Amino acid sequence: MKNIKRILECIFLTLIFVLSGCTYRNMNEELTIYNVSYDSTRELYEAYNTLFLSYYEEKTGQRLKVLQSHGGSGSQARSVIEGANADVVTLALAHDITLIEEAGLIDKGWYDELEGHSSPYTSTIVFVVHKNNPKQICDWDDLIANDIEIVTPDPKSSGGACWNFLAAWYYAQQLYNNQEQTEGFVRSLYKNVLVMDASARTAATTFVENGQGDVLIAWENDAIVVCEEYPDEYEIIIPSVSILAQPSVAAVDYNVKRNGTEQIANEYLKYLYSDEAQYLFAEYGFRPSSQKILNEYSDRFNQDMKLCTIDDFGGWEAVYQKFFKDGGIFDLIYNE
Amino acid sequence: MNDYKESKRLIPGFSLTLGITISMLSVIVIIPLLSIFRYALKIAPVDFLNIILQQNIRRAFWTSIVQSLIAAGINSLFGTIIAWVLVRYTFRFKRFFDCLIDIPLAMPTAVAGITLSKLYSDQGWLGRLLGAFGIHVPYTKAGLTIALIFVGIPFVVRVIQPVLQGLNSQYEEAAQLLGANKITVFRKIIFPEIRAAVFTGFSLAFARGLGEYGSVIYISGNSDKNGTKVISYVIMQKLNAGAIDYEGASAIALVLLVLSFFILLVTNLIQIRNNKRNY
Repeated sequence: MKNIKRILECIFLTLIFVLSGCTYRNMNEELTIYNVSYDSTRELYEAYNTLFLSYYEEKTGQRLKVLQSHGGSGSQARSVIEGANADVVTLALAHDITLIEEAGLIDKGWYDELEGHSSPYTSTIVFVVHKNNPKQICDWDDLIANDIEIVTPDPKSSGGACWNFLAAWYYAQQLYNNQEQTEGFVRSLYKNVLVMDASARTAATTFVENGQGDVLIAWENDAIVVCEEYPDEYEIIIPSVSILAQPSVAAVDYNVKRNGTEQIANEYLKYLYSDEAQYLFAEYGFRPSSQKILNEYSDRFNQDMKLCTIDDFGGWEAVYQKFFKDGGIFDLIYNE
Repeated sequence: MNDYKESKRLIPGFSLTLGITISMLSVIVIIPLLSIFRYALKIAPVDFLNIILQQNIRRAFWTSIVQSLIAAGINSLFGTIIAWVLVRYTFRFKRFFDCLIDIPLAMPTAVAGITLSKLYSDQGWLGRLLGAFGIHVPYTKAGLTIALIFVGIPFVVRVIQPVLQGLNSQYEEAAQLLGANKITVFRKIIFPEIRAAVFTGFSLAFARGLGEYGSVIYISGNSDKNGTKVISYVIMQKLNAGAIDYEGASAIALVLLVLSFFILLVTNLIQIRNNKRNY
């Protein structure tokens, strides 16, 4: 009996030992805010954080630290739901923030809290082709020709890739104005997809580094980065019609209240709309939400293309139910 | 019971170490596994079947199982040869080759995946070489299998090596002196000794391949249509995009878990039988 008691004691002690490691983080008193973001914004937020920190110190005399984390937008949202202590989230699509809202961590109404549906910067979907456009790809309808090989990420693995699908859908819908032919067009387009990667980042790697395919359907900001890095190998093609991709930002209300960072988090998000920050976004390939600054970069961002928005599809919930849930239109189109 | 209680152990620290063992196993292994059961068993049986019998999920299971079996088979054959060479012969750089075998275990699987896909891509030198013969590896089943062979090979070699080392070569010599030819010596003397080890290596490589993620996703293309989407990728999809589908993910996880248990069970049964036969 004594033996068993000793064993139980030791189990207890080990558990205390293990659990004591878990509380370590709360003892850290330095003022820090934690920004959970998605893949494409790594360099952008590194620059923005430096900008914001010096602004904040000048204004309040207080030194801060910003931690940032990047990954697939959906998996980042899940990490916040599962307890990552994010003060702000800056994700690729509103739907991922809605998931956090549904988990009770963000108050309702965040979508209209900040300007432009809480999107301080936007982007759109464009094509990247090999230099001098050997296959003469000019618009969406060139993508369904028999000899075209497309690289684009899988909307079932990456929320950001849904924009690509929706842009193609919108083009076809404008062209045919009926569901059957629209489906047919998007089906032939996805038939030409050579590799469907898990995220926009890996799709870009497949196209650029591994040399697969004739055209990469990509976010404009990613396309700009690729073409700046390899100006002699790739160029951007702007389709006539596309979608306004709106990455959304929000403060995680539950966490900021607990961390006492509410005011800093709000300041962090509000400063995204300042002129300094808006210029920064333009430099990093995102379309600034300030029309004035966007106009200054008119050689970089084509404003003649016709852009639909997610509201034209009835919002993300409707889009998810119609297209991307298991057995939805995307599955029907792609698996046939 | 009384005898048990009275018995004094010669080595001290039994209760301390057993306590630590039980705690560690609970926190690291048992509780996480039970939580999968808890999540998965909350689903009604009909829904559970509906989830795992969906066409894309069935196909992904099939892909994972078949490709892992093929990779494990190839590994068993070549792993045995590698183990044989490393044990039986002495040659220059033997220690170096021996160390190489462990690299797939130590290397981050994602690094392996990216390296393989780059090497075999149309830009990579191996891919260009194969492309000249019209062979296309990345984003096909062949690419998938190569990644699985890569991660599985150490399991086979490391399981067979000690058995070959313990094999007394006097039986082979005796057989040869008695006039057995080389094939007979292998069939009757060597193979019966290493059979269980080969099978264990096969099962471990198979089990490893079944759940492999990092090394596979970069080279396989993850296409449902081409049958290159593995089951662990489907779990990732369930959790990372759209509505976060814990139910679907844990249902698939449970099936994978049961499969792995089954593989381990069969492996252990074979080893037990083999040990009995030897004594």
